[in-house]
Amino acid sequence: MNYNWDWGIFFKSTGIGSEIYLDWFVTGLGWTIAIALVGWVIALLLGSLLGVMRTVPNRWIAGIATTYVEIFRNVPLLVQLFLWYFLVPDLLPEPLEMWFKQDLNPATSAYLSVVVCLGLFTAARVCEQVRTGIQALPQGQTAAAYAMGFRLPQIYSNVLLPQAYRIIIPPLTSEFLNIFKNSSVASLIGLMELLAQTKQTAEFSANLFEAFTLATLIYFTLNMGLMLLMRMIEHRVAVPGLIAVGGK
Amino acid sequence: MTTSTLSRAVAIALAATLLSAPALAAELTGTLKKIKESGSITLGHRDASIPFSYFGDNPSQPVGYSHDLQLKVVEAIKQQLNLPELKVRYNMVTSQTRIPLVQNGTVDLECGSTTNNIERQRQVDFSVGIFEVGTRLLAKKTAGVNDFADLKGKNVVTTAGTTSERLLKIMNAKQKMGMNIISAKDHGESFLMLESGRALAFMMDDALLYGEMAKAKNPDDWSVVGEPQSFEIYGCMMRKGDPAFKQVVDGAITATFNSGEVNAIYDKWFMQAIPPKNLNLNFPMSDELKKLIATPTDKSAEQI
Repeated sequence: MNYNWDWGIFFKSTGIGSEIYLDWFVTGLGWTIAIALVGWVIALLLGSLLGVMRTVPNRWIAGIATTYVEIFRNVPLLVQLFLWYFLVPDLLPEPLEMWFKQDLNPATSAYLSVVVCLGLFTAARVCEQVRTGIQALPQGQTAAAYAMGFRLPQIYSNVLLPQAYRIIIPPLTSEFLNIFKNSSVASLIGLMELLAQTKQTAEFSANLFEAFTLATLIYFTLNMGLMLLMRMIEHRVAVPGLIAVGGK
Repeated sequence: MTTSTLSRAVAIALAATLLSAPALAAELTGTLKKIKESGSITLGHRDASIPFSYFGDNPSQPVGYSHDLQLKVVEAIKQQLNLPELKVRYNMVTSQTRIPLVQNGTVDLECGSTTNNIERQRQVDFSVGIFEVGTRLLAKKTAGVNDFADLKGKNVVTTAGTTSERLLKIMNAKQKMGMNIISAKDHGESFLMLESGRALAFMMDDALLYGEMAKAKNPDDWSVVGEPQSFEIYGCMMRKGDPAFKQVVDGAITATFNSGEVNAIYDKWFMQAIPPKNLNLNFPMSDELKKLIATPTDKSAEQI
C-alpha cells in the first residue's frame, strides 16, 4: 500500500498555538478518564440500588428495577446519547434549556450529557451483576439473619452485599473497562476525548494509521492497568474460605 | 453452453490475451491496468456533501457536481482503454476513510468535497482543482452576526476534521477571541447544533453552507456572512505516483472546463432546483472558481 509513514508526527506542531499532536492525545486521555470515572460512580451507586431493588421481597419495587434494566439495556448506547444530548435539553423549562445550550461551555454540556448517559446505561448492567451476586448466595443466610432478628436493610448491608460484591468483582471489572471504552461515544457529540483527538490528528496530519495506532496502545495500556488494579483489589478484599479468588 | 463452445471460447480468450498482453504491458501500468484487467472502476463518493456528492432521490446512486465531473473522467477512461462496457462501482467514503481507501486500492478515484492541501499531498495525488470555496459563516439573520469579530466569547460550531476547524482554532488562539468551538461529527450535525441554538454560527466552506441552508426548515431565516478566512480548492483524489492515470483524469476535467460544459454542470447544481427537496442553492459562480476553470491547477490554494 502506497502510504507515507511518519512516526515522528506526534512531536510535530499542530499549527495551533504551540501545541504538538501528542498534547492532543494527553488532553483527550484526560477527558476519557474524567468521563469514565464519574460515569462509573453513577453506575456503581445506581446499579447497586437497582440490584438490591430487584431482589427485595416486593413485586412493585422489583418491577421498577426490572423495567429500568430492560429499557436501558435494550436501547443502543449511541441512541441514548443522542437522546440525552439533543432531546432532553429541549424538554427542560425554557430558562434552563437556554442555560444548558448557550451559557454553559459546550464542552461542559456535552460532558454532562455523556456522563449521565454512560452512568445510567452502565447502571443497568451493574444492577444485573449485583442481583446475580446476591442471588448466588444461599437462601439460608437470609433466613438465618431474619432468625437472629436482623431487619431487611441490615441483612443487605451486613450479610448479603459484602459477600455479593466480592463475588462479582470479575464481571464488574469488565463493566469498569467497558465504560472506558464506551466513553469514546462522546466524540460523536463534539467532546474532544481520546477518540475525537485521534480523528482530529488523523485529519490534520493525514497520518491516519499512526494516530490510530497510538490510540489503540493508549486504550490497551489503560485497560490493562485497570484490570491489574481490579485484580489487586479482588485479592486484597478476599475473605479466606468464602470464595475462590483469581482462579487459585 | 456446450463443452466444445466453452473450450473454443477459452481458446479465443487465451489467444486474445496472449496477443494483446505484450502491447498492454508496455502501455498500461497502475490504476489504468487494474481498470482494464478487471473491466471495472470503483468511484469514491460522499453521502451528504450537498451539492457535490450525495444521495439524492435514489439511495444507491450518488449525484452532484463532483459526481458529474467524475463521470466525465469515466467516459474518458472508456475511450482511452477502448472499454465501452466499463462497469462503474460505487464505494461511499467518509472524511475519515477517504484517504486510506484510495491508498489501499478499494477506491480508484474519489470526487467529493475534498480540499487539496499539503498534508494530504503526502498521501495521495490530486487532480486539477474542480471547485473553489471560501470558508465563511452561516448564522440566523436575527443573530446579529456579520463577521468573525462578532463571535468573541460565543459558541461556534464547525465540522470535525475540516480546514475550518483548524482555522477557527488558530484564530481563537491567535486573536484570543475566547470562542467555544464545537466540533460536530458531520455537516448535518453541525447544522443541527446551529438550528437548536447550541451555537451562534457555523463555519464551513461557503458552498456547503448554502447546501445546509437549503435543507433548513425555513431557508429564508439564514444567511451566509463574513469575510472568507481562506480559499480551498477541491480536487479528486487518486493513488500517488500514477502519472498515466492522473493524465487521463486531469485531461477529462480540463476538457470539460475548456469546452464550457462545466458551466452547464455548475448551473444544474448551484442555480437550479436540486434533489431531494427540489431547492435552489442560488449560489452564483465565484470569481475564484472562474479563475480556476480558466487556468486549471493541481496545486492547493495556499501553494498558488
